[in-house]
Amino acid sequence: MALIEVDAIHAGYGGANILNGVSIVVEADEIGVIVGPNGAGKSTTLKAVFGLLSVSEGAVRFDGRDITNHTPESLVRAGLSFVPQEYNVFPSLTVEENLDMGAYIRRDDYRRLVDQVYGFFPPLKDKRRQPAGELSGGQRQMVAMGRALMTEPKLLLLDEPTAGLSPLYMGEIFERIIAINTTGVGIVMVEQNARQALGFAHKGFVLAGGRNRFTGTGKELLDDPEVARSFLGGGD
Amino acid sequence: MKTLPVRELVLLAGLVALVAAIFSRVGPAFGVRMLAEAACYAVIALGLTIQWGYAGLFNVGLMGFVALAAFGTVLLSYPVNQAFWQGAGPGMLGWTFVTLVVGVAITIAISRSDRIGVPKPLRMALTLVAAAITYLAVQGQLDPAASVIEREAGFVGGLGLPVWIGWAFGGALAGLLGWVMGRITLGLRADYMAIATLGIAEIVKAFLKNADWLTRGTLTVSPIPWPVPTPADLGFVASRSAYLSVVAIMIVVLYVLLQRAWASPWGRMMRAIRDNETAAAAMGKDVNRRRLEMFIIGNFIIGVGGAALITFATIFDPSSFMPLNHTFLIWVMVILGGAGNNLGTIFGALLVYVVWTMSEPAALFLFRQIEVIGGDLFGWQAPGDLATRALQMRVFVIGLAIVLVLRLAPGGLLPEKRMRYE
Amino acid sequence: MPEAGLLTVLPMNELVFFINKGIIAGLISGSIYALGAVGVTLIFGILRFAHFPHGDMMTTGAFFALVLLVLFPGAGAAVGLPTAFVLLPIAMAMTAVFAVGIDRVIYRPMRLAGSRPVVMVMTSIGVMLMMQGGIRLFAGTGTRQLYVAADSKDIYRIPLGGRDIVITEPQLLLFVLTIAAVIALHLFLTRSRMGKAMRAVADNPDLARVSGISIDHVVRTTWLIAGALAAAGGTMLALDVTLKPDLSFNIILPIFAAAIVGGVGQPYGAIAGGLLVGFTETLAVFNWSVLLRPLQPLLPEFIEIPGRITFVPTEYKIVVPFFILLAVLIWRPTGIFRGRLNL
Repeated sequence: MALIEVDAIHAGYGGANILNGVSIVVEADEIGVIVGPNGAGKSTTLKAVFGLLSVSEGAVRFDGRDITNHTPESLVRAGLSFVPQEYNVFPSLTVEENLDMGAYIRRDDYRRLVDQVYGFFPPLKDKRRQPAGELSGGQRQMVAMGRALMTEPKLLLLDEPTAGLSPLYMGEIFERIIAINTTGVGIVMVEQNARQALGFAHKGFVLAGGRNRFTGTGKELLDDPEVARSFLGGGD
Repeated sequence: MKTLPVRELVLLAGLVALVAAIFSRVGPAFGVRMLAEAACYAVIALGLTIQWGYAGLFNVGLMGFVALAAFGTVLLSYPVNQAFWQGAGPGMLGWTFVTLVVGVAITIAISRSDRIGVPKPLRMALTLVAAAITYLAVQGQLDPAASVIEREAGFVGGLGLPVWIGWAFGGALAGLLGWVMGRITLGLRADYMAIATLGIAEIVKAFLKNADWLTRGTLTVSPIPWPVPTPADLGFVASRSAYLSVVAIMIVVLYVLLQRAWASPWGRMMRAIRDNETAAAAMGKDVNRRRLEMFIIGNFIIGVGGAALITFATIFDPSSFMPLNHTFLIWVMVILGGAGNNLGTIFGALLVYVVWTMSEPAALFLFRQIEVIGGDLFGWQAPGDLATRALQMRVFVIGLAIVLVLRLAPGGLLPEKRMRYE
Repeated sequence: MPEAGLLTVLPMNELVFFINKGIIAGLISGSIYALGAVGVTLIFGILRFAHFPHGDMMTTGAFFALVLLVLFPGAGAAVGLPTAFVLLPIAMAMTAVFAVGIDRVIYRPMRLAGSRPVVMVMTSIGVMLMMQGGIRLFAGTGTRQLYVAADSKDIYRIPLGGRDIVITEPQLLLFVLTIAAVIALHLFLTRSRMGKAMRAVADNPDLARVSGISIDHVVRTTWLIAGALAAAGGTMLALDVTLKPDLSFNIILPIFAAAIVGGVGQPYGAIAGGLLVGFTETLAVFNWSVLLRPLQPLLPEFIEIPGRITFVPTEYKIVVPFFILLAVLIWRPTGIFRGRLNL
């Protein structure tokens, strides 16, 4: 049974549909990467999965349970976590308070999770009393992911975690994502740096115009000449 | 496609029936008075609908503008006070004015002194010092002048000019205040603007109330002359009807002008700014300048309407401008009638004012009944000030009306017809 | 110069007058403004609109205290404090629940319908009118005392040779209460789960939702705190002077000024802003001539110190908070404390 199964969903803002039948299947210990041109509906897919906009057709199943159009709050409790692309930290709260907010729904002692996050992202430990808004872009991204991990999610949804970061930080963030995945957290991420991301993805989904264009393992997509020509650009 | 304005006609017929019923009950003298006051309120409401409905400007300082305009009317149209002009007052005021002009000129000169290379911190400090000295000097001259005027003549009196000049002057004063306020507040978000306009209204009222030499303060000024023969000459019904027709003509003229302006390219631009400020700004429209125009025009109309209202009452009493009862009564008129729809606004003003007037006897009657029933059933002893309390019920109802309209019919009874412009 | 000599040279009487009429009076109005402004700033931070009926919320709290006073007139004598102060916690709880009730009935449906902030502000003005009308309807327009006969309005005097520094019991209690409220609020916002969640919602409501924070709970807590502090401020104000329905409208402008000076959404800023506005207002109408008079012998004959020197005539006191407000809006719309206090 797949961890997350997005079954031909249609969704959009107001009248116009942006998604016209997107399907995604990712297993419990996998990294799924969604790539595609601007306006293809990549971020919209994540938001629709996380209940931030309503799905008009199709279904979303998590762990075999139907979660179509559930509220974000109930999804957090069910074991999903979402890191938006922008505005993904509480700027005036300290790093540690951001993590506290990630653990808001927990009633147990979550000290070990805070330590685990500092283990994934060592730079945060020194800055834990500093407001998140004063950190660099890469460190803010770490705080954002750390906050999302505090619920011990089974599945982490990441919306362009490397947007706006320098190549140096990009590699570091990717490394952390792989490290998080090896602890047993499934990951679905949208990524602009398609070539690098597909390099470590277990599954890749190429969207265009709100539909699936190509689906396969990361390696298959990288090797597909048509994908490479149309969606991955020339070299780099 | 043109359809019959069914909604408008039904509402209008209802209003006419209501007014007719009131006329038959309370008699024409009171009825015409009610209509004349309602008409004045309609003018004020048109000014507000320009600001709120057209431009989205949040003016809750209406009574400040009304009071200032009424004062302007008194200053121009009240009979000349010979005692003041023959006394020492004018000379002293003249010198105060000269001091003010010189002081302001020096202050402005210093604040511009960067052109001769004065560094900013020093310039700032010097400007503040100059402003403080000007303030102290003017205050030092004004205080004795004020007490001399109050002793010799009571207050400065008026200029004895025709009252319509007074109205126009009052409106201009309100517009000028709007210009000053607008320069400061139009860039702010709506709630800040509301707070700021509320504040300026309180200050204008405090000034008019305390500057006895200028306004007679709490002693009040009356009678303010009318543009038409007074009841003393014609009797109540005829003179009030004449007054009503003057204001009605004003409303018609305003309505035609506003409708034409609204259909013009200028009006289209205004709507564009209101509906999507960012887009309008991106297209190179000077958003704040356009809004300033709206604010000034709106305040001018509010001022003229307010001056007409106070003139009708014939008494200028600075402490009678109540923000709670009056400002928000006008707001109810605009929101209930339909902000941004001129016809709706006029309709709302008439309806709300008629209901408001009738609510006073209605509330008293209601509470009298409660008192009787309560006394009979429970031996309840009503408090002695029940009558004044009953009138507070009306404030409650205005608030309730605002909340309900915003909740249930945010567009009002006659919502603005949104045109689609490609 | 030796100490004793300095003391005799200093115009002690005038200084004490300054402390009584300047410092203490400023602290009192400042504390009351601060208690109100914290509520306004919290509501603004969480719900994003200016809460106009806040002054009436304060008056409502004081009237709840009055009702309790009539019901339990003996409560104060048992403890030895003013009865209204002893009953204050109950009045605070009642006002807090009242505030939540208003939100449930009026603001919440509008929020769920997706009303724009301006419409919310207008609605809040409607609520203000309803509360003003309601208070006068039930309590009349007259002035009342928040004291029962058994209460002693103790006055403490600190002797300093000549004139005494005078402070009344309610004033002292107000200071204690304000300081306690500030500390409690600080601990709540920085230590408790809900307090942090409130700051998180003020920072980034979307992310708060995504984190599983229930906005509904946060909003409810906001109203509880704002209502309770409003009741405290209103009751203490009524204890210090008198209780009348007109109180609220006069107090709303300084409170908004305090909240904006402190930077909206920042509770510590609101407290500082409240004190700033309170002091400025008091010192602006303070008669400085009293302090200058001892200098008269030192001045040449032809300079005479007038009997009354104030920055602003007393009738124009309301102008002061307004000008503070305008100055801040023009020069630093984010408030003067932004960046220094982290909240």
